[in-house]
Parts: sequence; structure tokens; C-alpha cells
Amino acid sequence: MDFMVFQYPMISVQACLDGILLGILFALIAYGMALQWGVMNIINIAQGDLVILGGYIAYFMYLYGIHPAWGVIVAPFIMYFVGVGLYKLVINKVVDRDLFISILATFGISILFMQLMNFAFGADVVLANSGYGTTFLFDSAVVLPNSKIFSAFISILFAICLVIYMKKSKLGRAIRATAQNARAAKILGVDTEKVYAATFGINAALCGVAGALISITFTIHPYMGLPYTIRSFMIVIVAGLGNLPGVALSGMGLGVFEEFADYILGTEFRIGAVFLLLVLILVYRRFKLSRKREYLK
Amino acid sequence: MKLNKVILSFISAVAILFSTSVVSFAKVVGDKIILGSAISLTGKYSSNGVHTQNGYNMAVDRINSMGGVKVGGKTYKFEIIYYDDESNPKRAAQLAERLISQDGVEFMLGPYSSGLTKAIAPVTEKYGVPMVEANGASRSLFTKGYKYLFAVLAPANLYLDVAIRTAVELNGGKGVRIAQAFEQDAFSQDVRLGILDAAKETGSEIIIDDKLPKELNDMAATLVKVKQMKPDVLVVSGHTKGALTAIRQIAEMKVDVPMLAMTHCDAAKLSKQHGKNSQYALCASQWHKTLTYKDDFFKDGMTYAADFTKEFGYDPPYQAAESSAALLVFKDAFERANSFDQKKVRDALAATNMQTFYGNIKFAPGGQNVDKPMVLFQVMCDSAGKCENKVVAPLKWASAKLIHPVPKWSER
Repeated sequence: MDFMVFQYPMISVQACLDGILLGILFALIAYGMALQWGVMNIINIAQGDLVILGGYIAYFMYLYGIHPAWGVIVAPFIMYFVGVGLYKLVINKVVDRDLFISILATFGISILFMQLMNFAFGADVVLANSGYGTTFLFDSAVVLPNSKIFSAFISILFAICLVIYMKKSKLGRAIRATAQNARAAKILGVDTEKVYAATFGINAALCGVAGALISITFTIHPYMGLPYTIRSFMIVIVAGLGNLPGVALSGMGLGVFEEFADYILGTEFRIGAVFLLLVLILVYRRFKLSRKREYLK
Repeated sequence: MKLNKVILSFISAVAILFSTSVVSFAKVVGDKIILGSAISLTGKYSSNGVHTQNGYNMAVDRINSMGGVKVGGKTYKFEIIYYDDESNPKRAAQLAERLISQDGVEFMLGPYSSGLTKAIAPVTEKYGVPMVEANGASRSLFTKGYKYLFAVLAPANLYLDVAIRTAVELNGGKGVRIAQAFEQDAFSQDVRLGILDAAKETGSEIIIDDKLPKELNDMAATLVKVKQMKPDVLVVSGHTKGALTAIRQIAEMKVDVPMLAMTHCDAAKLSKQHGKNSQYALCASQWHKTLTYKDDFFKDGMTYAADFTKEFGYDPPYQAAESSAALLVFKDAFERANSFDQKKVRDALAATNMQTFYGNIKFAPGGQNVDKPMVLFQVMCDSAGKCENKVVAPLKWASAKLIHPVPKWSER
């Protein structure tokens, strides 16, 4: 235990800002998960691996001399088709089955992706340098890498675009209709198969954007996907499906929580703290539900 | 139907033939000495696994083409059976069993990484199979009393010991304030123990002692603390990802620290990924091509590096060099034992005292090499942004003078 974070107020400010910027990025991934969970009732364990794949796209652009920031435009394009392809190959076979089957299927995809990425890109840890420099605040007591600010900004931009798209476009309305009641939507002429494919594609595209941003701010590695899956799962659980402001808020909350856990418990318990929080929240939710049930009895 | 039966019996005949021929594989077949190795060709260690394999293969070719191994007046050639352990310790242990009990291998070469060596060592020990390993540096490998394990490399606790001692020396013999961050794996924790020992001996104080997770990609918290506490030395060990993350975030957050010492900078190709940002970082290494050790097979480090580059198309990292050295040790031991008896070879290995291009090799009773110090190099860049690793310690091999303290970011 280390309470240095409270002894120096500037470290608290730093932790909060770091956490918020990080949380916005997590929220983007969680948003994709919430979308396809809500529409297709599938929990995608391979979410983090799609993120890493997106990261590799930005990394390869960087290798070939293109600025990795362009990855946030190229990666979603490619990832959209990866997502649609994945849907056509595997997901459409499990979409109407129970949750357990879909978890197993996406778990399998996750392992496959890890091994394929390892095979294709090698086991080295890689990153893409943006060369964006640093912002100093409060007399340089707080430092924020511009790459993190850029990531948060792009994440917000994509989230806003997607919200508008879902509200205004025909496909967006079809997706929302399918989420509300797939059968009714089908009767009214919505091609739900197409909607599912598009939803999975959009989710993968969001992961692609997030991955490109992660390769700019952090590092990527074929086996680093799972923590991102866990975090987005956690954010969606807290926020609930179809609650977009909730996703953004719980994302930022998780980011700040992680940063403080890092300072207080040590970096080694960072992911552990997230797991612990997940367990606590699930227990709390169960407890609340059982209270409600008793009341109804 | 009849044709089916014919095909079936043909296949089973071939299978039986094949299985018997596998069983008859023994330690020495004709003029071949068969060595076995489980190695990470896929999985998370695959890049270093391939370096290890390339190192082994290069030495095998070289020794075979230069007259082979002479035992009992007869000349033998080396051959290696490889299996892919998928970077998985359980799999590695299974494969070691298979190599020994099915393929009849009686001499083993080590896998890549301390973790996998730890998984294999109990198996080779059980069967009394001598194993020369080149990529498991964890101290705990050498404290278990293994009799058949020999490592050509210096143990992990000595990796960054030199850095602390150098810092103390530059501080006029007074203790320094150390900040350290280590991944929680066997190797890095051993490096940490080495630092603790060095700190105790030199009267240095450890003011930050962080542990890093396996899935590390953000160590901003540690660096914020470093900014606040201003230590004299920052030590980081977390394999490639630790080195890459540290350099990126130190540059982004403009953390000023007089000395930055790390492990795994060679394989990380730090300067390639980070260019000038990695400048002044100190890296611990088992080997560097400019060291002036010599032997009859590879001549010296520079020649080894040139030959290796010609064959594999990239500069040899130390993982490849130490792997090549393992074969030289085996050859030497076979010739001195003048026998293929496992016990005799084991005793000959224990009595090894030789110089290779990679360094002097002499084993302590625990099996670690005690005759080869670690080297420390510093990343130095010219004005055009081309960076190079220059040896700065120990002084005997220094090809450049250590730049200390590291210039502040505002002055770069």
C-alpha cells in the first residue's frame, strides 16, 4: 500500500486526468460491445483481439512510413470487413442459440486470432510512434502525452458520429428496431441477417479505431487482447445495455479507478483490481435482484 | 474392398517401420551424436526461440565442417532433433520426456527462457541426461542442486549489478537512491534480488520498488513517482515490453533521471523503434560482438557477427551467441570425456574451463557460469539520428565513455 497519491495533490490530479483519458478509450471499445450485445445477444470474448488486430494495421502503416494517426481511418474500414466476414463464417451460426454457445464460439475465435497474429506478425511487442509531444499543466507538475489526448478526442468523435448515424440513418434505425424486437422487425420487413452482419462489422470497426489509438499510446502484442475484453465487459455490465451516457461515464470511472489502484496497490494489481471490482459489482447486482424478488413474493 | 485392405496394411506396415526406426534413434547413431531440444518456435517466445535455434544450427554446421567431434579416435558429427514447445512449460516438459524416453536422446540442449528451462530441468535430472542450456538465467535454476544442468550464461541476479556499482562509483563511493520496477516473472525477480544485494553492499537506498504485471503496457504511475522522488538510478526489467514501454513513456512524460538501466534492450531493438528517445539508456547484455574473447571455431565476436549476418540476414542478438557457445561446450566435454557415457560426459562438463568467442566458461557447482561478467552498453546516437549500442562497462572492454548523468530533456 502506498498513499503517496494523496500526499501530493498534483499526483491525484495526474491520476484523474490519465484515468479519464484512458477511460474514454475503454468506453469506445465497450460501446461496440454494448451495441452487439444488445442487438445480437452475444458476448464477444474476441473483442480485445479485434482491438489488437486494429492496432497492427496502424503499426504496419507506421512501418511503411505513413503516419499511424491515419490508422484511425484505415483500420475501421478493414476491420469492418473482418467483422462482417467473421459474422458470415461463425457468428451467424450461434446468434440465435443460448449465450453459452456464443461465449464458447467467440472464445475459440479469440484463441485463433491470438495464434494467427502471433504467426503472422511475430511475438515481439511493437508500437507506433506518433511524435505528438507532451502537454504540461500546472507548472509542469502534471504531464499529459498528447497521444493520449488525441486518443480521447478521436474516441469521442467516433462515438458522436455513431450516435448520430444510429439515430438518423436507415440502417441505424433497422439496428435499433432489431435490438428492441428481432421478430417484430423481421415481420415489418427488416432483413435482420443483414442488420446482424452490419452490427458485428460496426463493432469490429470501433475495435479497429481503438486498436490504432492503442498502438499510438501504448504497446501491442498478439496476446494482449484479453484485458481489453474484460474491461469492456465490465463497463457494459455497470452501465447496462443501451445506455450510452452510462457507458461513457462508467468507462471514465473505470479508468480513474484503475489509475488509483495502480498508485495505491501497485501496478501489479492493476488488472487484478479490475477483476475484483467486476466480482463485487456482480455480487451486488445479484444481491439487489434477490431483494427485489423477495419483495415481489 | 480388397484395394482398401491393401492400402490399410501398407499404411500400418509403414507406421510400424517408422515407429521402430524412431525407437532405434539413440544418442549416437553411426557417426552422429544426436542432441535433443524443445524450443519455442511458436507462441510468445517465438522470436527469441528462433534466435536460439539459429545459434544452435550455426554452431552445428561450423563444428561439423571443421572436423566434428573426436571421441575414441573416431570422428562424429552433431545433429539436433527439435520439437516446438509452443512457449508452454507443460508442453516443454512433455517434449523433454518424449525426447529422452521415445527418441532415446541422451544429451540435451536447453530451451529458450528461464521458465521453460525450469520445466525441463527436473526431467533431464530424473533421467541423468546432461543438459547444456544457454537461455535460462534465473537464479533459482542453480540453487536446486541439479547435477546435470549447465548454463553458459551469467545468472540473472548479476544482470544489473554492474549498473548499481557504476552509479555508486560515479557518486564518489557513496550510496545512491534507486527506483526500480520489475515484472513479476522468475527472471525479472532474480534481477531484482541482485539489485537488492548490490544496494545492501554499497549502502544504497531503494526508494521506489514497483512490480509490473505480465500484461504491462502502461507504467505512468511508476514514472510519476520517479518524477516526484528524483532518484539517482532508475532500473527497469520487464522483458521487451518493459523496455519499450519505459522508453516511450519516459520520453513522453519528460522524466529526468541521471541513470536509466534496463534489461532486454538488445532484442527490443530499442533504438530502431524509438530512435533518439532511447539515447543514453544503459542495457545489460550477456554478450556484445566487440568483446575480444577468442576460439578456434568462430574466431571472435566480430567474425561471428559477420558470419551470422551472412547466414541469417540479421545481426546476432546475444541469445544466438550464447546458444552457439553451448555447442562448443558440448564438443569440448565429449572430447575430454573421450566417451559417450552420460556420467563421464557430465563430469567432463563440470570440469569445463575454456574460452569461447562468447566468453570464458567455467561452471560453479550449481551449474551457472561464473567466469563471464555481464556487459553494460549505452545507446548512443549521432546527429543524424543513427543509434548504436556501445559497451561502457566493465572498463576492460569499453568502446565508449559512459555519459553520466543523462542530459535533461529540456537540454536535448
